[in-house]
Amino acid sequence: MNGRFGKFGGQYAPETIMNVLIELETEYEKAIKDEKFIEEYKYYLKEYVGRETPLYYAENLSKKLGGAKVYLKREDLNHTGAHKVNNALGQVLLARRMGKKRVIAETGAGQHGVATATAAAMFDLECEIFMGEEDIERQALNVVRMRMLGAKVTAVTSGTGTLKDAVNEAMRNWVEEIDNTFYVMGTAAGPHPYPVMVRDFQRVIGDEVKKQILEKEGRLPDYIIACVGGGSNSIGIFYPFIEDKEVALIGAEAAGLGVDTDQHAATITKGSVGVLHGMMTYVLQDEDGQIMPVYSISAGLDYPGVGPEHAYLKEIGRAEYVPITDKEAVDAFMVLCRTEGIIPAIESSHALAEAIKIVPTLDKDKIVVVNLSGRGDKDVDTIAKVLSI
Amino acid sequence: MNRIDEKFKLLKEKNQKAMIPFITAGDPDLDTTVDLVIAMEHAGADIIELGIPYSDPLADGVTIQQSSTRALKNGAKISKIMNTVKEIREKSQVPLVYLVYYNSIFKYGMEKFIEECSRVGIDAIIIPDLPIEERKDIIDVADKYGVYLIPLIAPTSKERIKTITNNGKGFVYCVSTTGVTGVRKEISTNIEEYMNIVSQYTKMPKALGFGISNAEMAKEFKPYCDAIIVGSAIIKKVAEGKNKEEVIENVTKFVSGIKEVLIG
Repeated sequence: MNGRFGKFGGQYAPETIMNVLIELETEYEKAIKDEKFIEEYKYYLKEYVGRETPLYYAENLSKKLGGAKVYLKREDLNHTGAHKVNNALGQVLLARRMGKKRVIAETGAGQHGVATATAAAMFDLECEIFMGEEDIERQALNVVRMRMLGAKVTAVTSGTGTLKDAVNEAMRNWVEEIDNTFYVMGTAAGPHPYPVMVRDFQRVIGDEVKKQILEKEGRLPDYIIACVGGGSNSIGIFYPFIEDKEVALIGAEAAGLGVDTDQHAATITKGSVGVLHGMMTYVLQDEDGQIMPVYSISAGLDYPGVGPEHAYLKEIGRAEYVPITDKEAVDAFMVLCRTEGIIPAIESSHALAEAIKIVPTLDKDKIVVVNLSGRGDKDVDTIAKVLSI
Repeated sequence: MNRIDEKFKLLKEKNQKAMIPFITAGDPDLDTTVDLVIAMEHAGADIIELGIPYSDPLADGVTIQQSSTRALKNGAKISKIMNTVKEIREKSQVPLVYLVYYNSIFKYGMEKFIEECSRVGIDAIIIPDLPIEERKDIIDVADKYGVYLIPLIAPTSKERIKTITNNGKGFVYCVSTTGVTGVRKEISTNIEEYMNIVSQYTKMPKALGFGISNAEMAKEFKPYCDAIIVGSAIIKKVAEGKNKEEVIENVTKFVSGIKEVLIG
């Protein structure tokens, strides 16, 4: 397996975990060639997670925007409420296959933490989730869920107390407990083989979209839009379409208070090439190579790095990455609530915001698919405060 | 000959093991760093590791994380640290090694960084997040300028030790435990067994580090390696000192206490 996407990717990891990464790659390759493993994974995706998720024609939204047809890929309807479970399930099944008794994970918005805790409960593994103390506060609902599912939630106070620091702490814990622990990486980032594994476990999203859109419209979409934090839901929906050059791929990044302020997390828009969390990719760093503190209203997009496959897609011009501010995301959140009766995750609202921008400019015969990566129950308190509802 | 090679040759002749302290450059400030290095050398330090402070030190525990934060808050950066090394070199020929995370080198410019290391008198660099798989480019540059890239192994390395130490220069950094840096009460790894395995693959001097917190532990592991590295335990003394004089006094006492048990 190649751990590089052009110059991006690689394994910039401490020596202590290198043999484990090599073993992981070997075991992963064996597992995906094993029919029984794939069958079991598909079984749980269908019967337990509830796949396949609908590709829903958002007629009200499309009419309101007055342009192209908007389809929503309903990853919010998965068990646990987001796309994260597709990957957590796959990795936990792999952990079990490898005989690991304990899984750990980082989490930003808490959805990956909940998904990992869910899978750990199902397959009887010990589970510890690392979450920034800032995120614990703003995504409290998910913290309760994780604990209820039997996971230990450890507050990370170092650094900025958000997602990047949770990854640091999870990696430090992994180094400490390397023999019995499997690190369930929640996004398409980290040292090889994680970006490849996560993309492979998330590509079910894009594979379904392709089948569904051909059924409904007889042709491929013109645009696919997804939010990008670490990049797992986006690479999952993009990947099966990469060779279909007529399909435009757009990633929506978190611009927070604006990309001209120091309060954003728009990694590809404003970052530069560097090495973070084991991978060479775009990072938000200062001139001395110190990783910058980032900000976004959405805990899941609040990350100063991005998956290396996205860095590559950006470099070769296959995908475009656009900044969306907090305000634009919150407005999009409310638009979907009121026009379609769906409460989206604030992360997914970034993708919606981009759709709201471009759809009115497109011909009525164009097709836009937005990845609704998660539901927004976890965000209602924050949004209500912002809008004084 | 590299200062590191000379030092190990000399120590072998005197039947001593090397004492290698680690401090973060710029913690609490770069002036103190100069004084600390000189004082530690006089107290018996044989090789001195200088950490380049970084925002996300993956391999480090809380003590060194906080040390890095203090140094960064006080404006420490690579260009200033290079000047600090120049200042040190006006007064001392003690072997100096940078401990630096890869992104710091990458952002600075790999060749620029290595060339400056060579120019100011840094003898070697240790990069904790750069495994052999990713070392090809930097090894060529390091060789070109005569700066040693220290091979690093862990208890989980096993058969990787051979490739890691092949053509290695300076010494092998042997991480004592599966874990991050930090003071420990005891180390659960069977160090004798571990060091024997390493000796089967390489004749390079073996330096044991991570978790060694006092003279007793140094004495316990002394028979199995050629050098003892102490980091967090010293950083704690730096953090706890009320003023510069106290810091230097406490660190010096601690360093000489450890060197004492490594003699003979």
